[in-house]
Order: sequence, then structure tokens, then C-alpha cells
Amino acid sequence: MNDTTSVTRQEAKPKTEAALMPPVNVIEDSSGITLFADLPGVPKDRLTLNVEAETLTLEGEVAIATPEGMEATHVEVGLPRYRRVFTLSKELDPEKVTAEFGQGVLKLRIPKAEHAQPKKIQVKIT
Amino acid sequence: MTYRSYFPRDVFAELDRLQRDMQQAFDLSPSIRGLARGGFPAINVGSSPKSLELYAFVPGVEPASLDVQIEKGVLTLAGERKTEPAPERATLHIDERFAGRFRRVVTLPEDVDPDAVDARYSDGVLHISIARRQAAQPRRITVQ
Repeated sequence: MNDTTSVTRQEAKPKTEAALMPPVNVIEDSSGITLFADLPGVPKDRLTLNVEAETLTLEGEVAIATPEGMEATHVEVGLPRYRRVFTLSKELDPEKVTAEFGQGVLKLRIPKAEHAQPKKIQVKIT
Repeated sequence: MTYRSYFPRDVFAELDRLQRDMQQAFDLSPSIRGLARGGFPAINVGSSPKSLELYAFVPGVEPASLDVQIEKGVLTLAGERKTEPAPERATLHIDERFAGRFRRVVTLPEDVDPDAVDARYSDGVLHISIARRQAAQPRRITVQ
């Protein structure tokens, strides 16, 4: 009984944590996909990238030091967390993902697997 | 100037925003500079007895290219965000990030000191701290 409750709680936890959806640009060229995401306020150590079974998850926690006794009077970024999930397709190689992160912008490069690289198909005229 | 939604939110946060927007829609005397919510950059403002703190979320912008000005009690933040040049023969599948010139204007309260401003940029956030005038700070008066 106890075990079940703890399991359900763990499952429910990530869903209840509301998060902002960071804006992204996704560009595809012949050798892979490049993704840019805006994650302002996230330091390098609070960024989590996870690739699991064709699912790419970007998560970041906003860490901004505020002076003591400050009260928020106008809020446009209302949550201290970003999250976005993408489904990758088969021809992409999740093992070779590279990431750069600076000034709140994440650049992710996901190359296509060797066998999925473009091949020119010769059209024979008979 | 048209703005695109900067941070689309999840359903619950979206409902929260809707409720706020409804409240603003019923506000019969909005600010003369309109409702800039949803523009770029997103701005959070906080206040403490000693200072006014402004946080502008401007990721991917060279700090030196940001133009911050205070004139007659109005703070203007302007700049330009350039996009990465797309490689040749590439397909743009999703294009949500803001690109181009931006400008946001904030009316400051009367008790701030425009000569005591500190602006810092880190992790894509510009933090502007403006001190309040000494005379405006709360003082405890001891009763003899």
C-alpha cells in the first residue's frame, strides 16, 4: 500500500510542476538538425538535457539572485522553470548530440545517422 | 509594432494569464504606454524599500549592444537581436525566437535616483538596479 502511494506520487510530481515553454528555432540541413532555445536566467549547471527512447527533454531552472526584502510588482516571467519535450525521428543519432550554452541561449546539434545521410539517386533513362 | 508571444505557457499557467488579462481588460484606466505584456524582452519588476529592481530577459544579445537610457523618469531599453545565419539549403521547421530590433519603455516611480543605477548582464538576463532617494526611504522614528 505504502509502496503504491510513493510510486504514484513520484509519477505525479513532474506533471504538477508548471513550467514555461521556451521559444525554439529548429533548422534542418542535409547532415542533421540544429535547435536553438531561449532559456534566459538559467545558469549552466541548472540546465538538463535528456535523450531517452527518441524523446528529447530540455529543462532549465531559473536562478536569479534578488535583493533581500524585494517584492515583485510586475511579473512577465512568472515561473522559475522551463521545459520542452521533442520527439526525435529514427534517422537522428542521439549518441552524437552536441550542446553549447551561453548568454541564455542553447544550441543543440543532432546529426543524422551515417546510413541516413543523403544519397544522390541516379535516374536512368531507358 | 506587433509582438509575438514570447513565452507560451502550459495549460495551467495559460489559465492564470487569461485571468490576469481579463482583469486588465476591465481596468478602465490602463497605462498610456499600453499593455506591453508578451513583448520582447519580457520584464519582471520588483521593489524594495531601498531600490527598484528590473529584470529584462534578453538572451543571446551582446551586453555592449544594449542601450539603456533614463530620461525624465522613463527608462528605455533598446537593442537588436540578430539571428544565426541559416546554412544553405536548410529547412526552418520551427521559428519562434524573437529576431530584430526591440524597444521597451518603463515609467519609473518618482522616488528613484537616476544617478544611482547599476546594470549587469548574466545568463541572458539584464538586471537593472535603481536606488531610491535617501529621503524616500522609510525611517524609524524613536519615541523619546
